[in-house]
Amino acid sequence: MSNPQSVPPSATVPLVAAQRIVRRDAARDQTLLEPTDLTLDAGERVALTGPSGSGKSVLLRALALLDPLDAGHVQWRGRPVTRARIPAFRRHVAYLRQRAALLDGSVEDNLRYPYSLRVYRDVSFQAARVRSLFERAGRGPDFLTRDASELSGGEAQIVALVRVLQLDPDVLLLDEPTASLDPDSARAIETLVAEWSGRGREARATIWVSHDPAQARRVGTRQLTMRAGVLSQAPPDAQTATPAREAGR
Amino acid sequence: MTNPGLQNLSLVDVALAALLVLVNGAISVALTLDLERKLAWAAVRTVVQLLAIGYVLGWVFAYDRWYVVLPLMALMTLIAGFAGSQRGSRTYAGQRADSIVSIWVSAWLVAAVGLFVVIRIRPWYTPQYAIPILGMILGNTLTGVSLGIERMTSELTARRDRVESALALGATRWEAAQAPAREAVRAGMIPTLNQMAVVGVVSLPGMMTGQVLAGQSPLQAVRYQIVIMFLIAASSGLGTVGAVLLAYRHLFSAEHRFLASRLIERAARAKRRAAG
Repeated sequence: MSNPQSVPPSATVPLVAAQRIVRRDAARDQTLLEPTDLTLDAGERVALTGPSGSGKSVLLRALALLDPLDAGHVQWRGRPVTRARIPAFRRHVAYLRQRAALLDGSVEDNLRYPYSLRVYRDVSFQAARVRSLFERAGRGPDFLTRDASELSGGEAQIVALVRVLQLDPDVLLLDEPTASLDPDSARAIETLVAEWSGRGREARATIWVSHDPAQARRVGTRQLTMRAGVLSQAPPDAQTATPAREAGR
Repeated sequence: MTNPGLQNLSLVDVALAALLVLVNGAISVALTLDLERKLAWAAVRTVVQLLAIGYVLGWVFAYDRWYVVLPLMALMTLIAGFAGSQRGSRTYAGQRADSIVSIWVSAWLVAAVGLFVVIRIRPWYTPQYAIPILGMILGNTLTGVSLGIERMTSELTARRDRVESALALGATRWEAAQAPAREAVRAGMIPTLNQMAVVGVVSLPGMMTGQVLAGQSPLQAVRYQIVIMFLIAASSGLGTVGAVLLAYRHLFSAEHRFLASRLIERAARAKRRAAG
């Protein structure tokens, strides 16, 4: 799955396909994202690395349709996403930001919030499910009653992730979710995402932005890099081969 | 129309009162508030603006034609609209238009109800009624509108992360903007509500005082004041909601995106204007 070009086009319709998408900063007359093609197939786990400011977040936000595209378009399961379908699209394609933004109130209030939105009218909050997710992250049942404003950065990110996972998205766009977290919380995040991927039986996909090469190898089966707004496919063995090659010189 | 019971003020009397501004000047100097220049400027504006409007109104009342009254009312509304868009550290392109439109529509609608339905003036443009009543409505609506827009932009700036998280979860633009918009409308309506709560107890409104000074019976003056209070409340409520909704339309796109880049620092905008 590391090279989608080798898969016959009729075999699968990609979950998300971006065609020639461009993002510009008009005020500073800068191109943030050069024309970029990207397809994300079911079952794919993409790790995206690159220096800070290279446009990794810009790409993820563009894929989630959170910023206006200056050119190109994003398709969901082979179909263009119309205005009216954008909230539904974001239900399928969940974007998780680097620093969690929680609402005032308890952890449970935060987890219940999405169910107040129109797009989730057909589902309802399941306390048992949420508790088991928190348990996997090493948090007890009393975690639900904690005040969101008193959580550490790591705990807040776990809440933000569980808030998304309970809603059963198909695609997770993770924007450096563990950057600046303590190792314990970072591990919990990785565990939760891995189990969510595993439960999907190759139907789910992730793009995980990371600046940590070791983490990128752990969480990704397809390695991409971003440099000055240009996305490129790292050779499948590049990450592991590099140290060996250096050692040989 | 001179009232025998009313003490006429000479310009010397006015100058005596103007000397009281020296109290504020002394406070500013004593506490080094550095407000002397502002104070002097404000005092001069008070005198000049009020003298000017006195002459203008004297002429308009004497001339008494709709094609004089209406443009004057439009000018007052425009000035209120401009003043309403001056607040807040952040602004966006179109804020001034939003302020003018929301003040214009709400104030004129409510003033029309007051003048034609409640007070029933004849002819319909009678300046002695139309101008002061519109003026009072405008003054209060402009406070509501400017507070509402200011709170909307500051809430959206402060809560940007939450708004974006809500959108990323699948919230519609309205669902994402709701909490800031509510806060903004609340902020815009509170001054009027406070005013309604203390009127007559703490403050005797200027209009009522004026009528009483002019020899009107207090009971009649109070009835007028009650009508005015409700006109003011209705107009600032409508104007605030209108302004917040217009700001919302400017800052959220139909694709359910929060256009945070449109919120710019007022100082930076002024600088760019000067450079361009």
